[in-house]
Amino acid sequence: MKEIVILSGKGGTGKTTIVGSFAALAKRKVLADCDVDAADLHLLLSPSERKQSEFWSGQIAHIDKDLCNECGLCQEICRFNAIKDFKVDPVSCEGCGFCSHVCPVEAITMQENMSGYWFISDTKYGPLVHARLGIAQENSGKLVAAVRQQARQIAGERNLDYVISDGPPGIGCPVISSLSGASLALLVTEPTLSGMHDLERVFGVCQHFGVPAMVCINKYDLNEENTWQIESNCLSQGVKIAGKIPFDNVVTEAIVHGVPVVEYSRNGVSQQIDALWGTVLQSLNH
Amino acid sequence: MIISVASGKGGTGKTLIATSLALSLKDIEKVQLLDCDVEEPNDHVFLKPEITSSRAVSLLIPKVDEDKCTYCGKCAQVCAYNAIAVLGNHVLTFAQLCHGCGACSYLCPEKAISEESRETGIVESGHIDGLSFIQGKLTVGEAMPGPVIRKVKEYADNDDSTVIIDVPPGTSCPVVEAVKGSDFCLLVTEPTPFGLNDLTLAVETVRELGIPCGVVLNRAGVGDNKVEGYCKKESLPILLTIPLDTDIARLYSRGIPLVEGLPQWRDGFLELFDKIKASIDERNRNTER
Repeated sequence: MKEIVILSGKGGTGKTTIVGSFAALAKRKVLADCDVDAADLHLLLSPSERKQSEFWSGQIAHIDKDLCNECGLCQEICRFNAIKDFKVDPVSCEGCGFCSHVCPVEAITMQENMSGYWFISDTKYGPLVHARLGIAQENSGKLVAAVRQQARQIAGERNLDYVISDGPPGIGCPVISSLSGASLALLVTEPTLSGMHDLERVFGVCQHFGVPAMVCINKYDLNEENTWQIESNCLSQGVKIAGKIPFDNVVTEAIVHGVPVVEYSRNGVSQQIDALWGTVLQSLNH
Repeated sequence: MIISVASGKGGTGKTLIATSLALSLKDIEKVQLLDCDVEEPNDHVFLKPEITSSRAVSLLIPKVDEDKCTYCGKCAQVCAYNAIAVLGNHVLTFAQLCHGCGACSYLCPEKAISEESRETGIVESGHIDGLSFIQGKLTVGEAMPGPVIRKVKEYADNDDSTVIIDVPPGTSCPVVEAVKGSDFCLLVTEPTPFGLNDLTLAVETVRELGIPCGVVLNRAGVGDNKVEGYCKKESLPILLTIPLDTDIARLYSRGIPLVEGLPQWRDGFLELFDKIKASIDERNRNTER
């Protein structure tokens, strides 16, 4: 079983569009939406939910008002400024439990925190594992890890060949959690200076964690000079350009219709994504 | 006054809005722009600031003096992140997992744990034509943006300046960290089902924090009109609309701020600022009552 994760550094470069299309093109796979704090893949795949599970992660300090003698020690030692006026701010609390250990009257307990849900759904393209992080919850990467774990398990049970993951933007915890141990990262960028800057950083994360990476330039015709620059940077770093996709409003039209673009139209964009999947597949099985 | 620029979905135009708002205001007000998207900071790409100072952001992580350690295991028992382990006559620390809470060193009965700092990012400050600029950068390979964001926000001087914060995408802890304490939050979205879905989540997050918000609709005309419908239903004002326009997209691709490439947009951003101010004033009046 091979696991491919789609990342980008910068948001909005087209990760979900590409994963949605891969869902339609790939055979024998599980889909995983690892962008748990702004998940969108389900909007293209019309999933029907088969299993829902609460996700409990981390703890939050709770002060028992009746026991608290307002000595203030907890406020003094908390490095996250999460306790003010003998009350815990759940948003700032990192769940370290330091306060609960030092409270002289044992007024502080650590309580389990339900931070979201994960789901296993059926789609016409195969199983999808996705999640919803609770509002303003910590995205420590643990929910992402749970999504990947479920996806791998399904792939194992049903003897499927691929796990295809839609990754989050950025380079921090959830990205690291989506990436570590994957067979291949496909980095989707766009020919904008910010897209290029962010590609550099997310590529650095792939190198740091030893995951091979390929690049796809989306909307490449928006600025051909920048596209050329990306190609030459990739060449000098030995990174393969797996595909180049032109700008076309048909991509947005497909999103509005809630279907993968390769099923919505058979124009240039779709042909390029077909070819991209072919290249990725070749590289995965190389 | 602190105005944060957030979005839920990435790539909707936070950086475009934050940089153009800051540039439009800087001749009228004292403005600070804080780039809190520390995983992928991009404001500098557009503003090319002169950076005048740089400070490391560090976490305090444990350092065990094995001469004093009795391997009692207290440190491992109190660590909520499994960042320290005692195996027989060895203490192992895992720097990447440590949140720097300080519990282990404080609670060690032998006082065998001191703390050393580990750099996880930097904060840089500088300026562009009178606009004060601060950005955080998480070191590549590091997982936790929170401490870097907190350090950037320490620079906010909202008594003296209008502070504009460029927020990371998403709806989870880094967003909350960046938006917390703002007087107003602008939510930048695009009129597509993805834009709407993520806007809905972002609105819930900002409302949870009790911060008033308004919407900037970018690339108007590209998808459908459901975002407008949602805003109406939720009584969310759409404060600025920017059409889908290849000229704007090309300027963006070259790292040119909108109000520099197309100066006629400056008035639109000043108007946006007036609407934000009016909204904050109205809210203040309501709370006084």
